[in-house]
Amino acid sequence: MSSLWTTLRNNLRQYMILLALLVIILAFQLMTNGTLLKPMNVSNLIFQNAYVVILAVGMLMCILTGGNIDLSVGSVVALVGACAGTFIITWGWNSHLSILLCLLIGLAIGVWQGFWIAYARIPAFIVTLAGMLVFRGLTLIVLGGLTLAPFPADFLAYSTGYIPDVFANLGLFGLRNSTSLLIGILVAIVYCVSQIRSWFWRKKKEYDVENPAILTLKMAIVSAAVIWLFYTLGAYRGVPKVLITVGIILIAYNYLTQQTVIGRHLYALGGNEKAARLSGVKTRKLLFLAYVNMAFLASIAGIVFAARLNSASPQAGQSFEMDAIASCFIGGASAYGGIGTVGGTLIGAMIMGILNNGMSIMGISSNVQQVVKGLVLLGAVAFDVLGKQRMQLDFLGFLRRKGTQQQESIRTEG
Amino acid sequence: MAKKLLEMHSITKEFPGVKALNNVNITVEEGEIHAIVGENGAGKSTLMNVLSGVYPYGSYTGDIYFDGQLCRFHNIKDSERLGIVIIHQELALVPYLSIGENMFLGNERQRRRGIVDWNETFQEAEEHLRVVGLEENPRTLVKDISVGKQQLVEIAKALAKDVRLLILDEPTSSLNEADSRKVLDLLLSLKRERGITSILISHKLNEVAYCADRITILRDGSTVETLDKYSDDVTEERIIRGMVGREMTERYPHRPKTIRSDVALEVKDWTVHHEIYTERKVVNGVSFKLHKGEVAGIYGLMGSGRSELALSIFGRAYGSRISGTLLKDGQPLELYSVPDAIAAGLIYVTEDRKESGLILGSSIMHNITLPRMEFVSNRGRIDRDLERKTANNYRETLGIKAPSVEQFVGNLSGGNQQKVLLAKWIYSKPDILLLDEPTRGVDVGAKFEIYQIINDLAKQGKAILFISSELPEILGMCDRIYVMNNGRIIAEFPQSEATQEGIMNCIMQHSKGEIGA
Repeated sequence: MSSLWTTLRNNLRQYMILLALLVIILAFQLMTNGTLLKPMNVSNLIFQNAYVVILAVGMLMCILTGGNIDLSVGSVVALVGACAGTFIITWGWNSHLSILLCLLIGLAIGVWQGFWIAYARIPAFIVTLAGMLVFRGLTLIVLGGLTLAPFPADFLAYSTGYIPDVFANLGLFGLRNSTSLLIGILVAIVYCVSQIRSWFWRKKKEYDVENPAILTLKMAIVSAAVIWLFYTLGAYRGVPKVLITVGIILIAYNYLTQQTVIGRHLYALGGNEKAARLSGVKTRKLLFLAYVNMAFLASIAGIVFAARLNSASPQAGQSFEMDAIASCFIGGASAYGGIGTVGGTLIGAMIMGILNNGMSIMGISSNVQQVVKGLVLLGAVAFDVLGKQRMQLDFLGFLRRKGTQQQESIRTEG
Repeated sequence: MAKKLLEMHSITKEFPGVKALNNVNITVEEGEIHAIVGENGAGKSTLMNVLSGVYPYGSYTGDIYFDGQLCRFHNIKDSERLGIVIIHQELALVPYLSIGENMFLGNERQRRRGIVDWNETFQEAEEHLRVVGLEENPRTLVKDISVGKQQLVEIAKALAKDVRLLILDEPTSSLNEADSRKVLDLLLSLKRERGITSILISHKLNEVAYCADRITILRDGSTVETLDKYSDDVTEERIIRGMVGREMTERYPHRPKTIRSDVALEVKDWTVHHEIYTERKVVNGVSFKLHKGEVAGIYGLMGSGRSELALSIFGRAYGSRISGTLLKDGQPLELYSVPDAIAAGLIYVTEDRKESGLILGSSIMHNITLPRMEFVSNRGRIDRDLERKTANNYRETLGIKAPSVEQFVGNLSGGNQQKVLLAKWIYSKPDILLLDEPTRGVDVGAKFEIYQIINDLAKQGKAILFISSELPEILGMCDRIYVMNNGRIIAEFPQSEATQEGIMNCIMQHSKGEIGA
């Protein structure tokens, strides 16, 4: 049981942030008189935030390596969109091949930046600040300052629109799109089966297993949430295709960070670079790969975003890097690296997305929205940092002591 | 009886779940050097943090009297105003500021409010430097002077604050013997000539016996006793008995003859140049052998090139223009990276576990398995249950005191952190271990356990290079001792012929020769 308690305590921050998300959802649900969770709006939320989630996952990998951020992603999104527009609209190339080419361009950008950061040892902040200017400039050059539109249907098919209803006349529970609900149920079943299988497998191997009641509760909550989501989507036009892309990325990167050796090395690198290097972690290669990966994901986001706008615009993607970075930090990533999860980042992105969407529904001006988002970011990180100093346990002492810098020695001596 | 400068009465300080100090009493007389000793976690640093106001009034119970006045410090500034200055183990100097600027940091000499008076600053700095016996220009940047000199700058900085009670927390932990002696002699002369009272916290009992007038022993957050140099029999054995609560007749475990005839590692003509100043040789034509089952020591002062030697052998983790040959079990060994070295069964355990050894914000389990993830993973996928089981094995066999392997390493005591560091490298299944200061900053009890672990490893036939700057430890633990100075191995002693005097003499002679030549 003590092991369970330690696990709980180590993940306390995750539960807190999840709770914060639920509170925010509830608050906006009330303040918007239920508009927030209406099927159409849920669908919108997914379309509006898909590319932010994709960028945030990539950003998390960079942040994990040691608090390094990538300022260039907004410009990369624009450049990839511009290339797609030029290839497909201006030159009339095949959409599928053009998308492939765009992803390769993303990889090339990543190799370029990764080289300067990991091998030339130039601070990531500077390399990506330069990238932000260079790639924005290249976007303007490629597009000649003009917007290209519209894209052909086969380009849009990848990331806009919905998964069609194969059971068109079923009308399950009066849903417009019954397939959506069936997909949801399928996802929930796959999840539960894999959990149960792993539980029995561990039991057989005589490893520690969690209490069956807790496992059941966990499965019930997750399944209910998944089925609710797909049910709601079914009540509108169905599952947005982009949800599949985002879902695959989330699952893949969650697996990468939690279950694989590369993931562990990433955390080690951010936790203590010197120790990681002396433990045989290939630190430079890892840093390089983090930036290659970031640019690759940025190019996916670029294609998704261009399809959503149905145009290649020189202004696309502005300040996306800030949304991605903010999502990571709200989601509990450490600004010094080595701490942060894909799940947390998803929650961070959802908090940002719901704040945006909820305030827009309420008719709050975008100027005020920026202020609120900024304060939420500061608040979330401040809560985290102060929480680490055990402020909640010793609040008055903290107030009196402010100004002295010996917080660190609060952990029991020796 | 001399006047009491400081009295701390029944100080109790609790952290969530831990009583760090329990009813501690201590009295310091004016003009004495008062040592506080105790194992790691005994509460020494906590007590000093209470005294200096790091833990403000109200967060502990008990009374502090300084100069007869009841004191309630809310922060460090409050205690400094009365002349209580604490020098922490980790030096608090800004490397890119000059000595003079550092000395008056936060205490600037000002012409008018807010305008620094540089003439006054550097002139006063020079005076204080003369007192501490440091011949450096106060305009020199702190990064350009040695750690030993930096420690003297810290003391000079305290003098600039009109210090009445100087608290030094492990002042010599990163100094070599000559520099340590200099710091201790300085404390003695400050006491004699200026009547400055000091509190000295140290693990090094020979230093305590050398300069303290009285010694207070803490154990598990309580005062055990206060010994007086002039009325009690103060020997290292006596102090240790107080610290651990039992007689420790043997400070080093019996070292059985486990040495075998076959050579595990042979290093020939190994030369390493400095990483940045590539013209400078830090290791110069070094050759040595390690047998299976042998613990061979390298003794050398700081800057002798011992860590650089070990690091450069460990997959060229340090240095440039490395030349020389390595033979493992008689076969040539080419190591170009750390992963190469680990795979070849040759590992290096760092001297600085916090800087370059452990990931403090990560669990015991994750730290242990890091060097050889392949043992607990299958095609890149980690088997987390196997990992936990493996880590638990090491926790039990090495006696790491923690409720579970999920515990963050940063929350462990120094001795337990060091055991995690050893566990991590033993886990990697090495044949040859290069141990750099494996007992630094570790208390007496844990040291003994670490020595036992090292003996066990030797018994299993592993070859061990034991690098240390503590002579008694080298003499107590090693079958054979190499002496290193200025990048060269200058002598080799079998255990039977090695003495402290012999080794120190050897270094002095060699250093003289170098200067003469």
